[in-house]
Amino acid sequence: MDVTATAPPRRRTRWRFRRWLRKAAFAFSVAVIVSPAILVFLWMLSLSLKNEIDNIAYPPVFIPSPPTFANFVAVFEQNSIGRYFWNSVVVSGGATLIALLVGIPAGYGIARTGAHRLTVLILIARMTPALSYLIPLFAVFQFLHLNNTLTALVITHLVITVPIIVYIMAGHFETQPRELEEAAQIDGASAWGAFRYVALPLARPGIVVGFILAFIFSWNNFIFGAVLAGRETRTLPVAVYNVLTFEQLAWGPLAAAAIIVTLPVLLLTIVIQKEILTGMTAGGVKGG
Amino acid sequence: MSASRMPLGVVARRQRSYFRFIVPALIVVGAVIIFPWLFTVWMSAFDWKIGTEAHFVGLDNYTGLIHNQRFLEAVARTFYFTALAVVAPLILGTIAALIFHRQFPFRGILRGVFIMPMMATPVAVALVWTMMFHPQQGVLNYLLSLVGLPPSLWVYSPQWVIPSLVMVEVWHWTPLVMLIVLGGLAALPTEPYESAKLDGASEWQLFRYITLPLVAPFLLVAAVIRTIDALKAFDTIYVITSGGPGTASETINLYLYLQAFAFYNIGNASAVVVIFFIIVMALALLLLYVRQRTQWT
Repeated sequence: MDVTATAPPRRRTRWRFRRWLRKAAFAFSVAVIVSPAILVFLWMLSLSLKNEIDNIAYPPVFIPSPPTFANFVAVFEQNSIGRYFWNSVVVSGGATLIALLVGIPAGYGIARTGAHRLTVLILIARMTPALSYLIPLFAVFQFLHLNNTLTALVITHLVITVPIIVYIMAGHFETQPRELEEAAQIDGASAWGAFRYVALPLARPGIVVGFILAFIFSWNNFIFGAVLAGRETRTLPVAVYNVLTFEQLAWGPLAAAAIIVTLPVLLLTIVIQKEILTGMTAGGVKGG
Repeated sequence: MSASRMPLGVVARRQRSYFRFIVPALIVVGAVIIFPWLFTVWMSAFDWKIGTEAHFVGLDNYTGLIHNQRFLEAVARTFYFTALAVVAPLILGTIAALIFHRQFPFRGILRGVFIMPMMATPVAVALVWTMMFHPQQGVLNYLLSLVGLPPSLWVYSPQWVIPSLVMVEVWHWTPLVMLIVLGGLAALPTEPYESAKLDGASEWQLFRYITLPLVAPFLLVAAVIRTIDALKAFDTIYVITSGGPGTASETINLYLYLQAFAFYNIGNASAVVVIFFIIVMALALLLLYVRQRTQWT
């Protein structure tokens, strides 16, 4: 710029200094907004890798020295976290697979008929408190003697997984051109055939996103398991809450268990970083 | 060949054949979503505890709730919690979005880190916060002492429990607001900025008179979603305080949980659900109505 080129050197250094100051201030603001997120997770990691004496020390010990995996070993050996992990895989996996089975064709049907009134239903489902599904289903399972079973949990988790998969698949099929399906139908394929052999294979990316989001929401759910699960059928979040807070109160194992619950979700999140927003805003029933 | 150019009969036959694709999902949705809705409304007219006879009581559950001090306090508390848990993430999320809208080194990674709280299992992070809130050994009081502030009782104080829980909620959900607003910023046109800069507008004026009105629709979407979720907040409150100390953090959802699954008071709990749903729906519609009336854009 003309101004700086002709300016005396003193003013130029001042201008440079101000630019540097501006950059430093920006870097500082980035650090300020990102640090709460990262610090809580680092503290969780730190608690899980320290022995109990360091964990309740005051002032707190921040860096584990030496780090110990004893807490992780303990939760697997004493609290059978392995079993609860498997329960969660069965419940979330089962509910997500059933939801894919009914939700992919439904999303396709909605996209091809333009039956968008059905997605309003999904939005209302999003507004309804989760407990309002739980009370009636609890009463029905009581009647059918299904309480405390994994089957009851899988059925209840459909409340979470079906709406989100229908919503995501409807959106996906809408962007998918229908010319290929129409060509197949002119060549004599049925509506089902056009869906099965033409539309479905093309929808793979959407299915992956729907699968992961539905699985995450189901995995993170606490309240359904808290009410419906028995001792043996607890899902992981429920087990971590019940076993580790009531039956013993040690911070190291608690933090280790918290990491075991949340790590699979954070890993899956990385896979679908770009599509998260769609799922979070429109998504299924979550939280309470 | 597009659907609009085909004869009507063909279109109708087609619609019907596509409808078959929706039927299995409709059956599932009917069983696990619509049936519970109807059951809830129906049961709210009964006095029923699990294991006893149900008695039809008409609207008695509702009139009972209107005179129930504990329930009314829970409603007020829920509004207090929701107001804080909507406004704070909206402000912080907008600031964060403005920051992430710029180009800077490691932006992608840092954004990934920033949105981690939103995906993490609520129970897991709630347990970590419980440990951080601990008045004697908790790390938060240590951090306060570093900057010379007196220790706080956090969630153990009836006065501070709601703001403390809001803090967790803000930590958890600010990333969602950030992502929504960031989407709005990405869609902004560049022309208004160029002409405003030529007219000598300051950065604040650019933000106040151009950016803010243009991202207002996105802020509204964020506000609606945040309102719905904050009203329904359950996991973190239940894990950290279970509604305590006393009933100092008992929101509608916590009260509902106790009625249903501690006292098995199904009729009364169903009435709470109906009122609760009306509140959620009304607030969501109110926000959309305000938007239509004011026409910020």
